[in-house]
Amino acid sequence: MEKLIYLDNAATTRTAPEVVEAMLPYFTENYGNPSSVYSFASQNKNAVNMQREIIADALGAKSNEIYFTAGGSEADNWALKAAAEAYGEKGNHIITTKIEHHAILHTCEYLEKRGFEVTYLDVDEEGVVKLQDLEAAIRPTTILISVMYANNEIGTLQPMKEIGEIALAHGILFHTDAVQAFGQVPIHVDEYHIDMLSASGHKLNGPKGIGFLYIRKGVKIRSFVHGGAQERKRRAGTENVPGIIGLGTAVRRALKTMKTRTEKEKKLRDYLIDRVLAEIPYCRLNGHRTKRLPNNANFSFQFIEGESLLIRLDMKGICGSSGSACTSGSLDPSHVLLAIGLPHEIAHGSLRLTLGEDTTKEEMDYVVEALKEIVSGLRNMSPLYEDFIRKNNRQTYFMKG
Amino acid sequence: MYSEKVMDHFEHPRNVGEIENASGVGTVGNAKCGDIMRIYLDIDESRIIRDVKFKTFGCGAAVATSSMATELVKGKSIQEAMQVTNKAVMEALDGLPPVKVHCSLLAEEAIHAALWDYAEKHGIKIEGLEKPKSDIHEDEEAEEEEY
Repeated sequence: MEKLIYLDNAATTRTAPEVVEAMLPYFTENYGNPSSVYSFASQNKNAVNMQREIIADALGAKSNEIYFTAGGSEADNWALKAAAEAYGEKGNHIITTKIEHHAILHTCEYLEKRGFEVTYLDVDEEGVVKLQDLEAAIRPTTILISVMYANNEIGTLQPMKEIGEIALAHGILFHTDAVQAFGQVPIHVDEYHIDMLSASGHKLNGPKGIGFLYIRKGVKIRSFVHGGAQERKRRAGTENVPGIIGLGTAVRRALKTMKTRTEKEKKLRDYLIDRVLAEIPYCRLNGHRTKRLPNNANFSFQFIEGESLLIRLDMKGICGSSGSACTSGSLDPSHVLLAIGLPHEIAHGSLRLTLGEDTTKEEMDYVVEALKEIVSGLRNMSPLYEDFIRKNNRQTYFMKG
Repeated sequence: MYSEKVMDHFEHPRNVGEIENASGVGTVGNAKCGDIMRIYLDIDESRIIRDVKFKTFGCGAAVATSSMATELVKGKSIQEAMQVTNKAVMEALDGLPPVKVHCSLLAEEAIHAALWDYAEKHGIKIEGLEKPKSDIHEDEEAEEEEY
């Protein structure tokens, strides 16, 4: 394997060298505990608060509305569990979608076991929430709407502004899991009436193990970790100072490069999508053609299985991911692909490629050529393809290129 | 995650293909779960497996177990082929991750299904062979309706 072609940036990204550089002094030199009184340590408190401001600015929020967490999953857990507890007297109903990340879905299941009722909204075949379904799901007891900003598998962007307006009109809290979207698309919490927002550092070339929850001022929310006075007493524990510095540095960097980076990624993404759809038969794009993350491409290749595809890509130095059951450790393929209406066997043959800031056109060409060879090879050993050919190319679920 | 043997059989699967007018064909698994295996057997008059081919839709382990199973039964008598259990396939591959053990079961079932087809066509009974559990064809038709 000569060269690594990393196309799994939705899983995680390379920590930018300047991010690491900014973090390093906070391990060996400025290691003081931000809560200490002496100036050696208290300067770290200022450093932490500066990052809070950078993040707040990125969202159109105030710095005292940003709470650092150990990542996106923690922020999702906190938002849901704490809102359920704080607003439990008002009602016991939560609305979310069928395509959320498991950090939301499994937290909802946990809350259901504790007396909450959860509506899981369907999405259309491109993965977009239907606003009339959302309106119809609202009850007098609804306390929270949680809809992800952009889907991690198929990249579909949700109509945030419209959802925020519906939540506002009904006086319901609106949370969004923006782990995939933050740093990729401009986000403004006031414009979209977002009350809580989860994000993570390692999806935008920051470090792993750090993220944050934005909580609008005035939202009643309970402490998630009890202990010291860190994070306005809502999330105790000595701050992960290097992580916070890394996160702030990555956010500043991501905002600065957003326009040029995402325009470049979009072009390459579209080039990849167009070539794959044109040159590989019996394949489809999953998710919305345009309302999607700039770096996300998700395909289904009929008659083949995703894990086999991933291993063969890996042999050619290409890193991707799949929604097949074999890659999830369960018997069912991705809940997202099933929610957009794909039959099981089509969902098993899915491939997600997520571009990064360093992705090149040459890499896209290499990937398309590799895919053509691999898909055709796997089809030649697929009994499903054999049956299909025998049935003489009859019309299938797939759009014809 | 996979042993070198599994990777070798995945990368260079043995006996991929079809056999025209095969003595027995068996297909097991279903597309819903993401694994389908089809085995073709060419069995001569002295009931020796002269040739064997397979086609598989599935993960790396599914391909490797099918490939290994075909190697283990090739040139064997029917009775010898009946001794090729999922355990034998797994051992020959230097083991499988726990979540992939079902793939080796499927390989055993595919061989048995092909032998069953042969036995039915020739009106014979193979000792210890039971009617294959899974037949995908009904499922498959039902699912295609949904398209």
